[in-house]
Order: sequence, then structure tokens, then C-alpha cells
Amino acid sequence: MTTRLKDTDVVVVGLGAAGGVAVLPLAQAGIDVVGLEAGTWLTKKDFAPDELRNNVRDWPMAVQKAQQEVPTHRINARANTTRAGSHPMMNAVGGTTLHYWAQSWRLNPWDFKVVSETTRRYGASRLPKGSTVEDWPFGLDELEPYYDKVEYECGVSGQAGNIKGAIDARGNIFEGPRNRAYPMPPLRSTGFIDLMTSAARGLGWHPFPGPASINSRTYQGRSACMYHGFCNKGGCHVDAKNGPHLTTIPRAQDTGRLKIVTRAHVTSIDTDANGRVTGVTYVTDGQEFVQPAKVVLLASYTYENSRILLLSKSKAFPNGLSNNHGQVGRHYMSHAQGGSVTALFPFNINAWYGLPAQGVAVDNFADDNFDHGAHDYIGGGNLWVMSDRRPISAAGMGTFGRTPSWGSEWKAFVMRNADRTNTSYLQKTTLPYEDNFLDLDPVAKDPLGFAVCRITADYRDNERRVSAMAQEKMTEWYKAAGAIATQSNPIGTMGPTTHAYGGTRMGRNPETNVVNEWGFSHEVPNLGVLGASVMGTSGARNPTLTAQALAWRTAEYLAKNWKNVTV
Amino acid sequence: MDETKGVSRRDLLKRAGLAGAALTIPVTPASPDQARPATPAAQSAAVKREPIENLTAAEADMLEAICARIIPSDANGPGAREARAAHFIDRGLGGALKESREAYRAGFAAFDRYCRSSRGAAFVDLSTRDQDSVLMDVESGSATGFVGSSGAFFNMVRTHTLQGTFGDPHYGGNANFVGWDLIGYPGLRLNVTTEDQRLGAKLTPTHKSAYDTTMFTKAESHDH
Repeated sequence: MTTRLKDTDVVVVGLGAAGGVAVLPLAQAGIDVVGLEAGTWLTKKDFAPDELRNNVRDWPMAVQKAQQEVPTHRINARANTTRAGSHPMMNAVGGTTLHYWAQSWRLNPWDFKVVSETTRRYGASRLPKGSTVEDWPFGLDELEPYYDKVEYECGVSGQAGNIKGAIDARGNIFEGPRNRAYPMPPLRSTGFIDLMTSAARGLGWHPFPGPASINSRTYQGRSACMYHGFCNKGGCHVDAKNGPHLTTIPRAQDTGRLKIVTRAHVTSIDTDANGRVTGVTYVTDGQEFVQPAKVVLLASYTYENSRILLLSKSKAFPNGLSNNHGQVGRHYMSHAQGGSVTALFPFNINAWYGLPAQGVAVDNFADDNFDHGAHDYIGGGNLWVMSDRRPISAAGMGTFGRTPSWGSEWKAFVMRNADRTNTSYLQKTTLPYEDNFLDLDPVAKDPLGFAVCRITADYRDNERRVSAMAQEKMTEWYKAAGAIATQSNPIGTMGPTTHAYGGTRMGRNPETNVVNEWGFSHEVPNLGVLGASVMGTSGARNPTLTAQALAWRTAEYLAKNWKNVTV
Repeated sequence: MDETKGVSRRDLLKRAGLAGAALTIPVTPASPDQARPATPAAQSAAVKREPIENLTAAEADMLEAICARIIPSDANGPGAREARAAHFIDRGLGGALKESREAYRAGFAAFDRYCRSSRGAAFVDLSTRDQDSVLMDVESGSATGFVGSSGAFFNMVRTHTLQGTFGDPHYGGNANFVGWDLIGYPGLRLNVTTEDQRLGAKLTPTHKSAYDTTMFTKAESHDH
């Protein structure tokens, strides 16, 4: 039996980083919103500083919907398909912002204009073969007011490097112009981070503290960060990590316009004969509901965005919703964020406390911040060093080939060196390619019998060359700071990741993009898509703030153009 | 058999009247590293062995002995035995680790057969040198008779031994915080100061479990 619910103006599918932000400008404009969330509310009592529970056993992620629909992966259409044991994202009001690292970067100007800038500076032949990369339909300047909005509404700590063109060397001198400073100063440094900062300066580089959606001081009545060391895959015990569940969602609820339904598992987006969406169907505890709406904003994660569209077949869209141009699932990217470098120091670095967002960045080798004339790749990597360690992972450290992995000799090594290693985080330019895509797995199903998402993707020469360069620079940096050994780790595969882009790319050309420059479908005028699935380039930094700025922009566009979108 | 005295470790234990009880007697050194006996503190911390919750008695003995070779109690202080890593695993097999129960059952059976056929005795009766050589076979995947690679069994036990030694004591391991003290982790601090993050900061171990306060819910972890 299906229950048909009362009509609403907008239904938002997913109340994570993107959907959780979009509800506020809508509700403030007097639009009635139903937010459907597969997870539940969690509070700071749920966020024990417990490495075993958070990092080893993936609590509370592991009990959720996402875990039942882990995407499969194959490196190309001829290769074997494998399925990872767990999904890296979680379902909750606030989504994965509950346990993410909260690094909240704006993209750099080059990321919006990879094709035109590469062509202008090096010639069109330098664009990697097989890449489907396009310029974004707008530049950083268009997104700046929305970055600003999210930084202030949610709360981001950081040091500006470029305010209206005035460069400040304390921040990132390579960032695009911003209209004003961050609402909070950066998170504090540590002894080890100071050491790494000096070493970078000694190399002639431009180190700076990175931006974080974490309070460096009391903000909006919520506590400052306590640096307790369990932020990595853990929620915040003092609500200092600024996900939408603490910020935009409660504010939207205060307007009386937002109704939240938790444990709602959306199974399809429904359409009429004219090809307009009419609402969504979802399941809660085995009961099916239809929520009619004038507009649907699809804001689940990248894999689920493509999957729900592909599963939502109809007469008007026989190959999946908004897929009459065959673009759903295309231009997929798993961010090249593996391939770290681990260093061993001859002294304790005291990294037992802190958080992944407490650290120092170098952007000299990212994007097009250096001349690529002599190189055989485009783009680059952001180098990041942080203060983050917990005991089980510390004891599980590699031994740089110096001892076996157990026994007395190993024990002596770990006792001596548990606080002497550091692993960097190197985020690299990742490009979309013709043969990297998402579709429905022909075999693997979720418990309701629906196909899960299948990733077909592999890194190419460009990503591997950028990775090698970034590792070389990172090794140089560690050695300058006194490291006695370093180890370069593998880049990994393009399997399920926390930084998944594409599948519903944004662009003006409907032949190559699913959504237009405002985030609305080229084929379905009252369907919008939110999240990193609309991003056409990855940049060399975390996607969340960009996904949130885009979500705010799409929601604001909808509020301002309500009649045009809903006629 | 023990390479130095020609008597097995189990014989030594029998003579001490301790066979089948806690295997706490410092074993004959297998390498110069272990030439000194375990510290008295390490011995006393390990005397108590908890009631078995999920393993069989034979499995529990085998597991204790394996854990004790992975993170030995030696001149550098207590190891997995004093941390009660085997107790952590035994308890976990009824809950968060229950999906691994069959892998342990099959693994122990194969492990026991391999010890007897290749070394002529049960693991607990071998000298530490022979125990280590068996474990090297198992780790490298060259031990025969396992379902799949013996290396997978070794990795599982090693992973859980580390979890039981260095995880929160709430789960039955890291007894008396010996694991955290071993690697110099100064313990949970819910409000870390600038001074606490300086190079060379002197931090007194806090010796607290996350659940020593009522601040956090003890949600049962999922099965993994």
C-alpha cells in the first residue's frame, strides 16, 4: 500500500552537506520544503572519542542505508568488478559532515577554466588525450558570493591570502580574490606544524594554515575546537564542527517552512507524461510513500545521484531521468587523494592530539601555480601536513623495512617511533575521461532489489605524473624538516571515495552536461541536482565548500525564479 | 622443543604447576632482545585470565600464546598478554567481531594441524623460537592446510591483537592501559591546550576510557 502525502513546494532528497545548506535560502524565501533523509539525527553524545568504534568499526556509518548499496568498481569495461566492504559516506541529518575532516576550501581560479587556460598558456595539444574536461560555465567570481555566504552562515576558520586583489602572505597567495576575510581566524598551529612551516619557508615556498569549517573560537554560540584528536571519522563532542545539522538546517526549521523526514529511503523520482517531475517515492520501515512536489532537488551523494536518476525510468525517459542525451554517469572522477608520503623523524613530533584540519598547506605546486612548459602534465597537487594520530593506527605504522611486523624487534621499533611519523595528504588535479563513468551494476543489488552504482574508472598518465611530482615535493619538504626516512604510498584505485565528482555535470551544452549553469536539468526544468556530482573539475582540494556554495546558488536561483521553474 | 634446555615451555609450566592456567612465566629467551625476564609489574598484571566467553578452551590457549608472540612481554615491558588482547578478541567474537568467528574456528583448526604436522607438537608446547618460526610460515602464507592463505589468518589475528592492545579498554583489552603506555600515548584529553601540542611537551598519561564519564552513549558497534 502506497500512501500519497500532501503536496509540497520542494522536496530535497538528502540533508547532507549540499541539501542541508540549500534548505535555508528556500525556507527563508517562504517556500515549503520537505527534506527526506535516509539517516537520523545524531548528537554530541553519540561522538565518543573511541578509535575502535569510529575508525575501525565505522560506527555509526556502518549500520546505514549507504552501507547496503556500496558501489562496485572495475578499472575498465573488460576488467573484473570488485566491491569494497564499506561505503565511505554516512547517512544522517548533516550527512558526512558529521565525521568529515571539515577542510573547507574554495577552488582556485584555474579550476574553472582548465581548457581555456591550458590552451592559452601551453596550446590545446596539452589537454590530455581522452579527457572530456570542459571549462565551467562561469568563473570563480560568480561563485565568490556563495562561498562567502556559506563561510559565514556555517562558520569557517582560515587566513585569507587575497582580499579584493590585495595579497596577504600569511594566507594562500595563489587563491582567487575574496571579498572579505574568513569569519574566524585559522585553527591554531602546533610545535610540529611550526617546524614544517619553517622548513617550507626555507625552501622558498609559501606555507599557510588551511581553511576549516571548525570553530577556532566561539561562533554563533557554539564552542571552539578542543583539538582532542578524534575528529578524523568522528563527530564533534562540543559541536565545533559546523555541519548543516548545527547551522543551516535548524535555522530553516525556525522559519516553520522545513519539514524533515528521517529514515526515508528514496527509490525513485516520479515524472508525468510531459517529462516534468511530480515528486518522489520513498520507503520507511517497509511502507511506501509518495511525496508530491512542484520541484525536486536531488542532493544525495555522487553515486546515489546518478543511481537514482538511472533507476527512475519512465516513458519520457526510457534510459533514466534526465538521461536522453546519455550524460548521466559521465565525466566521473574519484579524486586523486591517495599517494601520500609518510616520513620518519628522529624525535617525537607530539602529534597525539589535533585534527586533520589543523595543519599547514603548500599550494606552490597545485593547479597552474607554476610553469608547466617543461612538464608532461597539467594541474598539480596541494601539499598538506596535519596533526592527527590515534593509538591503534600509530601502533599499526609501517616500519620502513627496518623490522618485521610483529615480535620483540617490532615492538621496540613501535615503542620508539609511534610518535615519530607523519603522513601527508596530497590532493591532486583529477580530470574526467571518456571511459571513466558510473552506471548501474548488472548483478549487485541493494536489499530492495535495486541495482547499485557501478564505477568504471582508472587514473591516467596525467594523474599519475601529478602524483609523482607531488610526492617528490612532499619528500623534499619532509627532508628539509629533518625526516630521516620517507616512504611514498600507492595512488590507489578509483573505487568508492569521499571525493567523488561528476555523473550529473554542470554546463551550458546539453549534449555533454546533465544540468545547466544554475544546477537544473537540461531535460527536466523542475529537477535540480546538488552536490559534487555537478562539478566538472576536481581542483586539488576538498570539494565540500564548493558543493555547498553551488547548492546555495541553485536554491537561491530557484527562490528568485520560482514562477519560471514551476510553470 | 626449546633450543636451549631441551625441555618444552609447557614442561616448564607443568613443573611450576601452572599448566592450563595463565601462561605468565617469562619464557626462555629466543633472541638477545629478550635476554632479560619480563618486569615484575608485567607478570603480576597478567596473572588473571577472564572466563572464556566464545572460544573453546583449546582455542583460547592457542590465541593467548599467539598474541604473546605478536606483541611479546619482554625486556621492554608488558605486551599483548598483559593488555588482555586475547580476552578482547574472545569477547568481540560474540559481538562486533562475530563475523570473524568462523574464520577463527577454521583458522585455529588448520593452525593446530600445521603445528603438529610440521613441528610435532601443539603450538602452546613449542619453544618460543619454534612458535615464531611457525608464525612466520603462517604470516608468509606458506603454512599448509588453511582455507585460503594462512597469511589471511595471521593478518586477522595480528589486526585484532593490535586492536585489543591499543584500543579503548571498554572493549576488554588494553588492560591497565598497558598498550597506551607502551607507545607513549598520553591518553584521552577532551580539551587539549596549546601547551599540550608543543614539541617536547611533558604529558602525564590520563588513563581514562571514553566511557569513564556519562558524556557519551555506548552504542554497540556494528558487526565487521
